[in-house]
Amino acid sequence: MAQVRVTVDGVNYADDVEPRMLLVQYLRERLGKTGTVVGCDTSNCGACTVHLNGQSVKSCSVLAVQADGAEVLTIEGLARDGELHPVQKAFNECHGLQCGYCTPGMIMAAVDLLGDNPDPDETEVREGIEGNLCRCTGYQNIVRSVQRAAQMMKPGASVPTESPAPVAGGN
Amino acid sequence: MTTTAEPTTTELGKARTRKEDARLITGRTRFTDSITPHGTLHLHVVRSPIAHATITSVDKSAAEASPGVIGVFTAADLGVEAVGLPCAWPITPDMKAPQRPLLASSTVHFAGEGVVVVVARTAAEARDAGDLVEIDYDALEPVLDMEAALAEGATLVHPDLGTNENATWVFDSGAAGTGASVDEAIAAAEADPDSIVLRRRFRQQRLIPAFMEPRSCVVDPTGEQITVWAATQVPHILRTMTTVTLGVPESKLRVIAPDVGGGFGGKIGVLPEEMLCVAIAQRLGKPVKWTETRSESLLAAHHGRDQIQDLTITAKKDGTVTGLDVHLLADMGAYLGLVGPGVPILGAFMFNAIYKIPALKFTCTNVFTTKTLTDAYRGAGRPEATFGIERIMDELAVELGRDPMDLRKQNWITHEEFPFTTVVGLTYDSGNYEQATDQAMATFDYAGLRREQEERRARGDKVQLGIGISTFTEMCGLAPSRVLGSLAYGAGGWEAASIRMLATGKVEVITGASAHGQGHETAFSQIVADQLGVPFEDVEILHGDTQISPKGLDTYGSRSLVVGGIAIVKAAEKVVAKAKKLAAHLLEASEDDIEFNAGQFTVRGTDKGKAIQELAFAAFMAHDYPEDMEPSLDSDAVYDPENFSFPHGTHLAAMEIDTETGKVSLRRYVCVDDIGNVVNPLIVEGQVHGGLAQGIAQALFEEANYDDQGTLVNGTFVDYTLPSAADLPSFESSTVSTPATSNPLGVKGVGEAGTIASTPAIVNGVIDALRHLGVTNVEMPTTSQRVWRAIQEAKGNSTQETPIDTHSPGAGLGSIDPNNPQGEVQ
Repeated sequence: MAQVRVTVDGVNYADDVEPRMLLVQYLRERLGKTGTVVGCDTSNCGACTVHLNGQSVKSCSVLAVQADGAEVLTIEGLARDGELHPVQKAFNECHGLQCGYCTPGMIMAAVDLLGDNPDPDETEVREGIEGNLCRCTGYQNIVRSVQRAAQMMKPGASVPTESPAPVAGGN
Repeated sequence: MTTTAEPTTTELGKARTRKEDARLITGRTRFTDSITPHGTLHLHVVRSPIAHATITSVDKSAAEASPGVIGVFTAADLGVEAVGLPCAWPITPDMKAPQRPLLASSTVHFAGEGVVVVVARTAAEARDAGDLVEIDYDALEPVLDMEAALAEGATLVHPDLGTNENATWVFDSGAAGTGASVDEAIAAAEADPDSIVLRRRFRQQRLIPAFMEPRSCVVDPTGEQITVWAATQVPHILRTMTTVTLGVPESKLRVIAPDVGGGFGGKIGVLPEEMLCVAIAQRLGKPVKWTETRSESLLAAHHGRDQIQDLTITAKKDGTVTGLDVHLLADMGAYLGLVGPGVPILGAFMFNAIYKIPALKFTCTNVFTTKTLTDAYRGAGRPEATFGIERIMDELAVELGRDPMDLRKQNWITHEEFPFTTVVGLTYDSGNYEQATDQAMATFDYAGLRREQEERRARGDKVQLGIGISTFTEMCGLAPSRVLGSLAYGAGGWEAASIRMLATGKVEVITGASAHGQGHETAFSQIVADQLGVPFEDVEILHGDTQISPKGLDTYGSRSLVVGGIAIVKAAEKVVAKAKKLAAHLLEASEDDIEFNAGQFTVRGTDKGKAIQELAFAAFMAHDYPEDMEPSLDSDAVYDPENFSFPHGTHLAAMEIDTETGKVSLRRYVCVDDIGNVVNPLIVEGQVHGGLAQGIAQALFEEANYDDQGTLVNGTFVDYTLPSAADLPSFESSTVSTPATSNPLGVKGVGEAGTIASTPAIVNGVIDALRHLGVTNVEMPTTSQRVWRAIQEAKGNSTQETPIDTHSPGAGLGSIDPNNPQGEVQ
């Protein structure tokens, strides 16, 4: 067993883990962070994408022990004080998801992409999210979502946004 | 105490953002693998690496001694050797149906078939122990090629059946009396110098549905009912079939499809692993979970398509089509899926497509091989048929020297001719092929692109332009129960709905449809908001749990709106009728004088009225209600459609091909779909986009490849190449509307349209770009390598044979290109 100290979505954890445990397994099985999901076993699909010290990583290709001392942000910690991140809002407004399985990883990848390139054109978005597979949308509305989020995130932007429909227990 | 927002009456057609997104974009999801009841044990299935073999010994001892292992079981250990998985579609009375076991006992019939199941405290311990199970096999000859499998003396997949033929199913319009005789049409065409007979062979490659959420099942046997959570499209069918398979009384089973991450037909099955979970949970008295890896999914979850199509079309030289003879071979794989044998048969009714073909004969032989079984994949039978007819219409146009769109126009059903009864006896209720086509051609600038194509050909450009056409229709909304009965399908095609008017004015709607990405919660809320005059936000859609939604036939075949949605409308009509009676009583008026509009029941000619929420509360209180009614507005409906719905559309693709490298690029894709009235244009657009991506992926990217030993060689996402965002352009999609006349909302299905239409548009475009170079066919997927070979062969150049065409050579296991064995970048 190895010890890992890690901050996930703003909470500090210290756990003993098997050295072979993947970060995604640690998040899901130990911390109950099941919002991050697993879609493949070859690091192709990106469904498990989270941020490790502010950079997007596929959490299936990081060992939990490699996250020792690091700060991890998952889809569950992206909204702040009940306010959705602009990328989350844009995915809702632009219908950037259907079954929603790729969505946590796709959103986390998109947030990182916009950090690197705040105003990507269509080709840059398509190439930027190439490591995240979606089987439902044909990507077109995902691309629109990312570009719309870029507009919302511009300093001083006042893009009108529509809130997602409220549901029981929602935020 | 009732309403929370102003009621609207204009929900239909509104681009509502989806209700389900709130949980999906925040990770507040409940996918099956995220459900872990306390004390859950984990299953791992040890699978055969060999396609066809006799099992000579199984040594479990090392696995049993492995840490955390609760048990290691063969079928015999579990006492399930005699249990067979169901096939619900015996297409002929004498169909040959091998029993598909939960685990292979003496012989394995495909690589990936389970032999042993390990149960352990954690998933990791189960997999570790699985690696320690020693199974010895004596390899048998694999059966891989459909034609060879049918030849005299072929190795038999199931020797006890005496043949590799599952069944041969025939429809002959001459014999059925729905049209003329194809044999006569062919004989007449052969004897007539003013007619032609054209024969072509097309191949539908094997595909993998590849939903993003791997399949998963959790079974909790504690409590009175056994609870099954499953990543399934069909919780109701799964419940019934679990009873049929294992004998657990249906009333003791609760099946829940929680959030389900896509299906595309791939989650329509009843899985050996699901049945193992139930059997083992019962045996151990503890909750168990099985979640497949992606590689297991690609290997062992059912595949789709895999047909050889031999088509003969006859026509007069003026372009009038006179007959179509269809011979299919369809690969079932090693066993029959739940509806596997019927999938190619659905194509029988679609080969005539939008055309007035007077004679049609369809003959399909289903074949067993030692490969993964095939079953429904988005479109199920209809993409195959659409591909066949749309490809051969292009071939006929070339033979006759005609523009391919003009030839289609000459033969299609004109909008004045609806309703139109086709050569296979279906009645198309509505459609307007001219309207969709005119709009698509104008958006595409068809004439302009044809001119550009001419210029580029004349210049001999390195990159050539091809224009691909697909004018498709499909039958969806499965299905009128009597029609399914006539096809020996093992269920009806109705759907159920219930509406509960809660005391506080909220509305609970229970549907038997089971969404896995389609947006039912949003679209159905819009329908109910309009029907009852309640706010969209006040409607809650409940689904996917047999204790909440006890009756249903689930989601496949583009049926949820056109069958399930109409069941909701019928239930809402009953709610309104009850509310009207109660309103008349409370308002001291005659029921005939009560008018209902936008949620308000008013007495005609007065300002007296009651809102539907007030009536729901009055029914709940039950202090004052008519003597001849029960104190409730709640209503149920079961709707059995009278007909299919027939969406159609015109899809146009501009393909660019580098004739030196074979590189294929999709430059533009324009489609105009007629899906009748649209409930939610945002959702419709999403369905079309996603459908297009899957159909285009068949044309350009995907194929499940087997080597000569029957091993799947591209069984990971490294080399089974789903398109990424960078592989696709933005599509120019739009809709026109000719409302369906077969249902009260005028709606048609949309879930499969894009997939059905797009594949032939792309391939017709690829071949159109190369036709002047002498290329007449490129098999799917039309990869750079295949296109390059086709160009070289047309030039008379020889190319080195590649035993398995994977288009990402060197990318992963098994995808080694003999021309470049090191996978070096050139």
